[in-house]
Amino acid sequence: MYAVFVIFLPFIMAALLPAMHRLIGDRLIGWYVMAVPLVLFATLVRLIPRIADGEVIDASYAWIPDAGIDLAVRVDGLGMIFALLITGVGTLVALYSIYYLSPRESLGHFYVYLLLFMGAMLGVVFSDNLMLLYTFWELTSISSFLLIAFWYHRKGSRYGAQKAMLITVMGGVSMLAGFLMLYFMTGTFSISEIIGMRDTLAGESMIIPAMFLILLGAFTKSVQFPFHIWLPDAMEAPTPVSAYLHSATMVKAGIYLVALFTPLFGGLEAWFWSLTIAGIVTLLWGAFNAMKQNDLKALLAYSTISQLGLIMSLLGFGSAALSADAAGNPTVYAAAGFAALFYLLNHSTFKGLLFMVIGIVDHEIGTRDIRRLGGLMSFMPVTFTFAVIGSFSMAGLPPFNGFLSKEMFFGAAVDIASGQPFAGGAEVLFPVVGWLASVFTFVYCTIIVYRTFLGPVQPEKIDRTPHEAPKGMLVAPGILAALVILIFFFPNVVGKYVIGPAMQVMFPVLSQEANLVPKIEAWHGVNLPLVMTFGVIALGLLLFITFRHWKRIYRVAPFRWTMDSIYRGVLQTGEAASTIVTDLYMTGRSRDYFAFIYLFFLVTVGGMLFLTGAFEPDFSRGPVGIFEISFVIIMAFAAIAMLFARSRITATLLNGVLGYSVAIFFVFFRAPDLALTQTVIETVTTVLFLLCFHFLPEWKPEDSPLRTKVVNGLIAIGAGTLVTAFGLTVQGYDVYASISSYFEDSYKLAGGSNIVNAILGDFRAFDTMLEVVVLFIAGIGVYTLIALKPKKGGDDVEGK
Amino acid sequence: MEFHMTILVGILVTVAVYLLLSRNMVRIILGTAVLSHAVHLLIITMAGAGEGSVPLLRESDGPYADALPQALILTAIVISFATTALLLVLAYRTYEESGSDNMNTIRRIDRE
Repeated sequence: MYAVFVIFLPFIMAALLPAMHRLIGDRLIGWYVMAVPLVLFATLVRLIPRIADGEVIDASYAWIPDAGIDLAVRVDGLGMIFALLITGVGTLVALYSIYYLSPRESLGHFYVYLLLFMGAMLGVVFSDNLMLLYTFWELTSISSFLLIAFWYHRKGSRYGAQKAMLITVMGGVSMLAGFLMLYFMTGTFSISEIIGMRDTLAGESMIIPAMFLILLGAFTKSVQFPFHIWLPDAMEAPTPVSAYLHSATMVKAGIYLVALFTPLFGGLEAWFWSLTIAGIVTLLWGAFNAMKQNDLKALLAYSTISQLGLIMSLLGFGSAALSADAAGNPTVYAAAGFAALFYLLNHSTFKGLLFMVIGIVDHEIGTRDIRRLGGLMSFMPVTFTFAVIGSFSMAGLPPFNGFLSKEMFFGAAVDIASGQPFAGGAEVLFPVVGWLASVFTFVYCTIIVYRTFLGPVQPEKIDRTPHEAPKGMLVAPGILAALVILIFFFPNVVGKYVIGPAMQVMFPVLSQEANLVPKIEAWHGVNLPLVMTFGVIALGLLLFITFRHWKRIYRVAPFRWTMDSIYRGVLQTGEAASTIVTDLYMTGRSRDYFAFIYLFFLVTVGGMLFLTGAFEPDFSRGPVGIFEISFVIIMAFAAIAMLFARSRITATLLNGVLGYSVAIFFVFFRAPDLALTQTVIETVTTVLFLLCFHFLPEWKPEDSPLRTKVVNGLIAIGAGTLVTAFGLTVQGYDVYASISSYFEDSYKLAGGSNIVNAILGDFRAFDTMLEVVVLFIAGIGVYTLIALKPKKGGDDVEGK
Repeated sequence: MEFHMTILVGILVTVAVYLLLSRNMVRIILGTAVLSHAVHLLIITMAGAGEGSVPLLRESDGPYADALPQALILTAIVISFATTALLLVLAYRTYEESGSDNMNTIRRIDRE
């Protein structure tokens, strides 16, 4: 029950928000929103002891039972870590937004999207059903789209939102395909059941394709190379959104997915190499590109890319623990999984902090371009302190939590390199590349602090006098800064109560045999990771000082080539190609559209008659009266003459001849009501035609080329022949008994001796009513067309 | 009789479709009118043209001609009138706005 409450509370509050907004106004609406994650966070914190004991809280309600889709939720250690981040960081971000966003913004939209995201993200981490997980997963993409495009009047915002949407939804759809493959192999959508079938699934041939498809979903969401390109453009979103969605929570959904499926796929060689190679490449490429950014938010975006790569590679290292070949000491490898989750938590604290710091700088100074900033330390001492705490933690320096997790990363990379669990040989590169990326990380962390807060002030390049942020805005980053330091001093509390339960979920078999929660120590003597850290500081400082001299390297191919140009190329080509295809048939000529309709009719109905051998025309001729046959001949002549009519009056009168002849046929065929109606209607129609001719020009002969006329003629003859063939064939069949005798009781049933009237007014009165509706709509159409003309020189509807 | 009627319906459909494929708006509208005539005749023919007596209970004791298709056609006549009227007014307004009754010319105006 807890979990369902946790997932749906944000949705309910979002639905109530517009009414609430009207009631309490702009000033208080932010506090209303902040209450949601705060209540949820408190609820979840109270659950921590139970989860730490290994308890799993689950609930399942049938949703679409025929398809095996249940509203199944499950609160376990792994989901708990993410849920704590979503609600915890969510509370702080809501608090920060209250001061960040001006009341002039459309706050109602912003907070609804934010709550929508919160609920969707909680849904992702608590779902125990693949289809439910997928639904919430796409919902996070949609809410992210809405939040990136919050300032939709900016072109960049719209571009960034579209790009994020296209890439993540593409990944989501591929993930769905992977889920369906799992369903076909197991016959269930339940995640816990599927993971329980690990041993039987291992032999399936579809397991590797399913794995790759699911990974594609995780990699696009968690911005792994080469899908990372959407994140820098997503920085167009308001900074609280960047801090929340695009660093602390949504981009970690892919990490969650990988961790969730580790007990299923972990141990597979393809899984190990996919995660480690994607992770390591992303780590290096992100860090390398972060250094060259001038926009502080873009720098943080690349640093987020880089650190998500680091977490991904750690999960890869950890998965080796589940390999059968990794006999020896699997717990050593499993420690990498622990490091991944620890880094994930720490990353959310220091990166959230840094985003808030950059947001403050942007808010108070009016720019976040490092070429215009500098020397802000004396004006903004508190913000400066926060920036130092966040940056040093990210760079991996003590006494901040980033130091602990960075050391653990080095340790895990070295263990993999020396252990070689899959004997690929490439493992030796991991610590080297990881170390190099850490050097780059150190460089850009220094850039953040030095170029923003130290050095000379450049008052001529900024529009406002620098000053410290309002107190309320400093509360949220203050709490994060405190966490960054507290976690350094008390890491084992986090390890035992938060990460330990998640380890049991990720390595269910191992956790029964061994203790998977390593003791985290800040000082463990001089060992290889510590030496690596010293190396990072030394080389990092050197690179930072000499940055001016070597930054030309960014202009050298292949560093100049970006994945962005490929994305844009694909998009443009796609648009151009679809325009060509659409223009082929959307010609804008009514003649072509009618031709398509009749050709389709000829091919399907005609083809169907011939292919099924149903074409058996009945050529028998019954008795023919002299009157009937003469009117058949009159109508045939009148119709053909219409084609050659020189004037529209002639054509209209010929149409009248047809109409009145039809009335006469109704008389022959014992339908007096029809004859009467037809006569009246035909008269009115002819008058209407003649009336309209007063306003319309005399028609000119058709100026189509002969070829078109011949094609038109062939289509027309084809349609006529087919209708005749169809009519003659149908006459040979009498499949169903007539229901007409029912209507012959019309006097008894409906009190009418005219059967046709009884049908229209009683038996099928509903049809008649709808017919009246059609007449009414046509009447409105005629009235609007004539009465409501736009005034000359007035506003055109399309604003030309 | 059904045979001759069905042939007639075929001729009417041919004429109607040819008119629909024209460029002139009035020709297209006439095409829809002719098509309605064709369909009404087709329905009443397929119901067994000229069999039975008029479906008025007091006039005779039956067997009566099938009344159901007649009811359907009655509805169809009225609706085809409504659409013809709408199309005519649409043509008139289009001509007034665009100065042309040629579908190809109107298309070019729309593109600009």
